[in-house]
This record gives sequence, structure tokens and C-alpha cells, in this order.
Amino acid sequence: MKIDFEHRQAAHCESGVTSNLLYTNSNGKITEPLAFGIGAGLFYVHIPFIKINNGPAIAFRTLPGHIFNRTCKSLGIPVVRKKFYSKEKAQAFLNECLTNGKPVGCQVGVYYLPYFPKEYRFHFNAHNLIVYGQKDDNYLVSDPIMENATTLGTYELERVRFAKGALAPKGHIYYPKTAAKITDDQIRLAIKSGIKKNVYNMLSIPGSFAGVSGIKNTGLKIKKWRDQLGLEKAGLYLAQLVRMQEEIGTGGGGFRYIYGAFLQEAEAYLPGYQLTDSSNLFTQAGDMWRTSAVHAAGIYKGRLGSQADFDIMGDYLIEIAGVEKRAFETLKKIKW
Amino acid sequence: MKKDEIPQDLGALGKITKEVCYATDSSGKYTTELSTGWDVKTTALDVAWTDIEKRIASAKQKVINKEASPLLFFMEYRLMDTSILADYTGFWQWQIKRHLKPEIFSNLSEKKLQKYAEAFNIKVNDLKTMTVHED
Repeated sequence: MKIDFEHRQAAHCESGVTSNLLYTNSNGKITEPLAFGIGAGLFYVHIPFIKINNGPAIAFRTLPGHIFNRTCKSLGIPVVRKKFYSKEKAQAFLNECLTNGKPVGCQVGVYYLPYFPKEYRFHFNAHNLIVYGQKDDNYLVSDPIMENATTLGTYELERVRFAKGALAPKGHIYYPKTAAKITDDQIRLAIKSGIKKNVYNMLSIPGSFAGVSGIKNTGLKIKKWRDQLGLEKAGLYLAQLVRMQEEIGTGGGGFRYIYGAFLQEAEAYLPGYQLTDSSNLFTQAGDMWRTSAVHAAGIYKGRLGSQADFDIMGDYLIEIAGVEKRAFETLKKIKW
Repeated sequence: MKKDEIPQDLGALGKITKEVCYATDSSGKYTTELSTGWDVKTTALDVAWTDIEKRIASAKQKVINKEASPLLFFMEYRLMDTSILADYTGFWQWQIKRHLKPEIFSNLSEKKLQKYAEAFNIKVNDLKTMTVHED
């Protein structure tokens, strides 16, 4: 059983999966940046009182599942998504989809994902991949972050689909329900709605843990980390920040570059709104995030470590918050 | 980031696959380029793992000193806290905390030990003896 599906590598798993699952519907027009932007993927959140891997809980993107859901909804494509208590039912449903010729998206945990390098195996449960067929005892798998398509055994796939811990996937499976064609007008509407949603998420969520105020708040916290945590632990915290920001799946600069690419592509659909100018601001923000990562590396490598170094690090984030605030306020003011 | 500034340092992932980065070309237009890694983030990952190794070593010492049961060692080894382990085994967190005491652990039934062994992907005997087979 082989489904007509071509593996295409992407930077980020969920927007890659979304773009690849919508390939036929959109005739390849929904690129990864478009999927990311329409899905309002850009975010920042620093959740207080929660630790992940003994470090701060920070994310640069929206909640898992939202990008696929929002992108399909905005484009008028109905979605099928299911979670399961029973592993047997989850597998039976998957097999049924494949028999019907549908490639499907699956949410998985990476801890027991065999083709991942050991260094990357944490209990991170919001990874996404596409299953597009079966061959002998193996499932054919297209993991967007990998250069080539790969395979997983029945047990291997079951284990990652039923990984446990925070955001446990519970066999989560999803795909576009119909092969309806996506028109350029739909794309235009979807881009506007995606930008509006992202403006809200970054500027208007109450409290100081999310959006641009979240970035500023982390900046203020970093200045206190050296005294509060001691140099070693503060270094660990910064390393975790850098990993969330730059690791595989981000496209670099905490997803800011992908968003920049999205706005450039959006300009082609919606000229006259100076979206390219806004794109430049996100490129600038991405560059600043990377500069701050180099500084952070100086601290966790032990080359830097004074309070002044932590102050500089905190100021980087406060400055970034300013740039992103300006960028989103510009987008907010657009009269569509 | 400019396309020609994309770092190409070899990291753990770079040995298995290259990753897609978004960057701008000479005319400022976004494009994608493959990268083998960036030493800034490779070091960030190294720092995290050095810390984990330390935790594993300290857990091992505690087990040897009879201050904790082998459960603690394998929790650190598998990066699990009581909440993740509870999800994998079906035990309550307070039960796991009890089982972390050596005197209670040594009286656990084979059935309970089997649950832990499955969660850690090891054999019951290895769980009792704190034996690790690299996988």
C-alpha cells in the first residue's frame, strides 16, 4: 500500500506537517511560512512556577495542534482529529486512513523516537510527523525536520504515539477531511485573520507572562537569576532559553525568521500594506535573539559571569520586546 | 540573518540530518538553507547533558549509600520526574515517593517492579541491581 505523497523537509514540525498535508489541496501554495503565519504560530510565553527539565518553561510558538487547526479552519478546510484511550483503536484508525489513501499527521513524543539522536531525546511530546503508508511490518514516516523519509515499526510508532507526561499525545491523529481546492481569495482572507490573531496573542493577552510583555518580563527576571540561583544554575537556565529559541524546528531566531518569511510571502498576496517593512522588523528581532544567544553562551560556557553580564543579557530581551512590540503594533494598525 | 552567515558547525543532529534555516539572500528576500548546526546551541545542549550526568551520578551514590532506592537512579537516567513516571506506570505520585525508600522498594511485588521496568524500558533484574545497558 503506497499513497501518493512526497516527503518535503521543513524547519518546524507542525507547520511542515500542515504545509505537506495541504499540498494537494493548495497545489503546493501553502508553504511552510504561510502555514506558520496563517496558523498564528509566533508566540512567546514564560510560564511561572512550572519547571521543564529542571529549567524555566519557555516557548516561542503557540500551543501544539493550534497551527494545523487554525490554518485549515481559516482556509475553509474541514479537519478530522481524534485522540484515543485504546492503543489498539488508535492503530486500527490509522490503518483505516492509510487504506483509504490518506496521509495523516500524528502527534508524538520524542523520548523513544528511534531515529532521533540520543542528545535530543527529552520528554517532549509535541512533535509532529506524517504517516503515509505501510511496508511489510513498518510504517512509512515523513518527519518534516529530517532530510529524508524514514520508517517506524508498529511497536515503535505505538510507543511514541502514546508517550506520557506533559501534553501527552494520546494517539492524536489529524488530517484535512476533504480534498477541496484552496483559492487565492481564501489565502488572502486567511493571511489577514492569521495576522490579527497573532497581533492579539503578542500584544493583548492579560498578565505579564505571554507575548511581548512576557519577553520583557523574562529580561527583568534574568537580571536577578545570578543572585537567586547562583552562577551555575543561572547558566543552565540560559542554556534552556537558547535551546527553546534555536533548536531544531525553529528555523532560527525563535521562529522570528519564519515569520519574516511569512510576511514577505503575504505581501505577494496582499500588496500595498507594507508587509515587507514589517518583515524587516522580524528579521531584526531574529538577529537580536541570536546575538543574545551568543552572549548567553558566553555565560554558560563560563567565559562571562559577572552581574553586568546578566544585566546585558536581560537588556537584550527588553530591547527585543520593544522591537517586536513595534512590529506588531504596525501590523495592528493596518486597515485591511 | 543573511544566508551566507548561517553557521555550519557540526552538532549532534548534523551527523544525522541537516536542518532547515530561514535567512535572507543578497536582495533581502527570504530563502531556506540547510545547516549542520551552530556551536552556540550545541554547547547549550552539552550544558544540559552535563547537568543530567551529574544528577545521575549523585542518584547512584544515594542508592549505594542506601538513602534511596534504584528507582531514583533510573528516574534520573530516563529524565523522568514522579509525574511522568506516574503516567507511565499508573501508580500515584505518593506511591512512587514511598517506593523511593530502599526498605519499601525491597519488599515490592514482582508485578509492581515489572511496571517500573517497562516504564524505564529495562529488565526487572537490572532495575534491582541498577545495571544499565546502553541503548
